[in-house]
Amino acid sequence: MTELSVKPGKKSFFPYRIGLEPRMAQVSSWLPASLSLGAVVVALMIGALILALGGGNPWATYAHIARASFGSLGVLSDTLVKATPLIFIGLACSLAFRMRMWNIGAEGQFYMGAFGASAIVLLPVLPAEAPRWQFLILMAISGMFFGAIWGSLPGLLKAKFNVNEVISTLMLNYIAIAFCNFFIFNVWSEGGFQMSPKFPKNSWLPRLTDYASTVPEFAGLTTHAGFILAVLAAVVVWFILHRSKWGYEIRLVGDNKRAAEYAGIRISRNIVFVMMLSGALAGLAGMSEISGVVHRFQGAISPGYGFTGIIVAWLAKLNPYAVIPVSILFGALILAGREIQPSGIPKMIQGIILVCLIASDFFLRYRVRIRKQVEA
Amino acid sequence: MVDGNPLEAAETVVKMRGIVKQFPGVVANDHVDFTLYRGEIHALLGENGAGKSTLMNVLAGIYRQEHGHVYIHDREVHFSSPRDAIMAGIGMVHQHFMLVPSLTVTENILLGLDEPRFVMNLDRYDQAIAALSEQYGLRVDPKAKVWQLSVGEQQRVELLKMLYRGAEILILDEPTAVLAPVEIDELFLTLRSMVANGKSIIFISHKLNEVLAISDRLTVLRRGQVTADGIPLQGITRRDLARLMVGREVIFEFEKQAHATGDDVLCVENIWSKNDKGLDALKGVSFSIKAGEIVGIAAVAGNGQSELAEVVTGLRRSSKGTVRILGEDFTNSPVRRGIQFGVGHIPEDRTHVGTAPNLDVTDNVIMKNYAREPIGHGMVVDMGAAHSFAKDLRALYDIVVPNIDTPVRLLSGGNLQRLILARELSGNPPFLVAVQPTRGLDVGAIEGVQRLLLKQREEGAAILLISEELDELLRLSDRLFVFYEGEIMGEITNVHTNDDELVEQIGLMMTGTRMDELHLETEGASHHD
Ligand SMILES: Nc1ncnc2c1ncn2[C@@H]1O[C@H](COP(=O)(O)OP(=O)(O)OP(=O)(O)O)[C@@H](O)[C@H]1O
Ligand SMILES: [Mg+2]
Repeated sequence: MTELSVKPGKKSFFPYRIGLEPRMAQVSSWLPASLSLGAVVVALMIGALILALGGGNPWATYAHIARASFGSLGVLSDTLVKATPLIFIGLACSLAFRMRMWNIGAEGQFYMGAFGASAIVLLPVLPAEAPRWQFLILMAISGMFFGAIWGSLPGLLKAKFNVNEVISTLMLNYIAIAFCNFFIFNVWSEGGFQMSPKFPKNSWLPRLTDYASTVPEFAGLTTHAGFILAVLAAVVVWFILHRSKWGYEIRLVGDNKRAAEYAGIRISRNIVFVMMLSGALAGLAGMSEISGVVHRFQGAISPGYGFTGIIVAWLAKLNPYAVIPVSILFGALILAGREIQPSGIPKMIQGIILVCLIASDFFLRYRVRIRKQVEA
Repeated sequence: MVDGNPLEAAETVVKMRGIVKQFPGVVANDHVDFTLYRGEIHALLGENGAGKSTLMNVLAGIYRQEHGHVYIHDREVHFSSPRDAIMAGIGMVHQHFMLVPSLTVTENILLGLDEPRFVMNLDRYDQAIAALSEQYGLRVDPKAKVWQLSVGEQQRVELLKMLYRGAEILILDEPTAVLAPVEIDELFLTLRSMVANGKSIIFISHKLNEVLAISDRLTVLRRGQVTADGIPLQGITRRDLARLMVGREVIFEFEKQAHATGDDVLCVENIWSKNDKGLDALKGVSFSIKAGEIVGIAAVAGNGQSELAEVVTGLRRSSKGTVRILGEDFTNSPVRRGIQFGVGHIPEDRTHVGTAPNLDVTDNVIMKNYAREPIGHGMVVDMGAAHSFAKDLRALYDIVVPNIDTPVRLLSGGNLQRLILARELSGNPPFLVAVQPTRGLDVGAIEGVQRLLLKQREEGAAILLISEELDELLRLSDRLFVFYEGEIMGEITNVHTNDDELVEQIGLMMTGTRMDELHLETEGASHHD
């Protein structure tokens, strides 16, 4: 019998051994936040190392990134512009992920939202001289509506036929982009260019620079009202999740589906509704981008917001309020990508941050121990 | 194992002295001493939340004590991980098994060991494990995948895992709570063969009969402190044990008041239903329960009683037959409708069905009434009302938890059960389905729960009681049905405790003899005389 038993801790080449153990006790509440912060710092250091190996000067590069995204009121404003769609999409993903619905179709829902908002101007639903509030309200509703359709489609498939939402949402991204391109290339193209005509000014979301006559410091600042809308959306999503009956159901289904069934919650219905709201939020991102920044319907309006939003939601640990600062950080990285050459570097840093984040999640569940080898 | 007095000269394998372990808001272990001799089965007793699991987690290297010393074979040890404890020969079988369902038994046992390194010659290990299971009577197929195994078999895998790692000191945290009576007997045989092989065993259980049957000595904890330190078991009665644990007299027999019953609340007619494997689990079951009546179901686990509980609460579809509750047709109605009727359900599986582990106490207690006044208003949940509801239940049902924001996965087993009971009984349900309502509870708490159920009965609730404890069924039920393979073997209308003949009859019916055949047999026997 004894020769069968394997003695752990056999002598090996290294004098120390590293072990992992699941954490049994309750982790203090600051641990997740500080681990995430630590992950970002580690990621930046790894990025620095790679930059140095590539012959660059990491500190100069980081300083450049920081200056390019937070260095002045102007670039700070640009950072907020980039952060705005990320907040919406981060919220869309946080909501769906709370119920363990892996919506990776925010990119397509974003495009459909942009389409819906544009259709109000381009069909046209409203005459060009209609008042601004009418334009903005209809565009927002239409953007959310189309995003919601695009989100509820995989929701319905999941609820009715148990189709894996990861695949269906991913596929619908390509369909959405092709659908939009059809309109951009064929229906609403202006003089053969692959874009629609510019929208009339009263369909634009107000920007800071519009108030430059009263506050001179605002001149040239492009931050638009979409940012305020995004912050409000975060409050609304938090309220839904933590103060509404529906949010309670979402959290219960997300934590234990069998308990939710036992509590009499209609899971299929919730799947469809959550995907609908998630799509609507991503659609609102599309509307805010069209009406606040681009001011016309065209292709390539998203540098992958729909996917970066997934990272944002994850980094924010699905907390709607945390989505805001995290989006600003990622907005800064996107902006820096435009500023510094080669532009791949912020993308690389984004990737490293994601990897470190996934790793940090692991440390949340396990603890690492380094111990001296004991002679058996 | 209690022959003569072999413990006098016994060798000490574990000595814990002055152990203190605190959690936010509670001192789980308050200067606890504990001594384990070689070759003994040592019972660790105590109320829910007394600190038994915590003390054992300290010994197994999972928690670290704030004060106090642990000695193994008279040498002080400082474990910083379960691995250290395993190296010192300590193996713990937790109440919730830690196995990977998709791997085979052998793979699970080898998981986390240094050997085999790269090449897996599984056949060789299969044989080794088969030999080990032979030696201790732990029947299980090494090649079987863990998800195919019953709970009892999974427990054997956990034991094998520890034995394979060379554990000399085994800790079993409430091992019998999940077992059927036959499996308990088998486990006890295994434990005896282990101590005969020089191993030492710490055995945690709330079932006093078992403790009296298997252990040599016992240590009792109450609110983190030792009230009996390794006393030998000779001459100790159930009553003594109960008093040591609870600190007061526990009344085992209480009179069930006879009282008038009302109209039929539950009426089940010719119900058929399939289990998860698609086989018929219920085959034409019919019975009814009146207001103010407790109807018990006695059966060996897996004979359709779990499916019955699910069918009458709407969690499982019936393929034939009707269910009526309070006169309304409830056949294959959604669970929600039952909740609106006020149907209470204490589910069998408290961690996977009854609670959401990562949500806090408040979120877990409002599971059934979040949509109703005063907690739900229109679309919103009034968190103020929810918090005060949670605080009320915590006080009323004595749920020990630092605060109501604690995720319920950190509650001790018994407290989790209390939380579920509190939630299900708080609405004074007209119809209550109680499946194993006292599983994992200490004697004091069992008494409390049984009183609560009787109180609900007096207030006119109809209660369907499903339990594997025959004692409990006999004590609480007004009528009793015995199930075997999804059919009713017989109905016992004259239920009373302390009747060996009755118990024997029930035992025969639980193994597939119909009541009418039973009478034939006894008549036949008397004719022979
Ligand atoms: N990880 C933890 N974090 C916070 N409190 C804890 C933790 N583990 C246990 N406790 C608390 O410590 C006390 C003792 O718990 P323990 O699990 O040791 O009880 P127990 O005697 O095993 O009870 P039961 O019979 O119900 O299993 C309880 O009040 C419990 O809530
Ligand atoms: Mg315990």
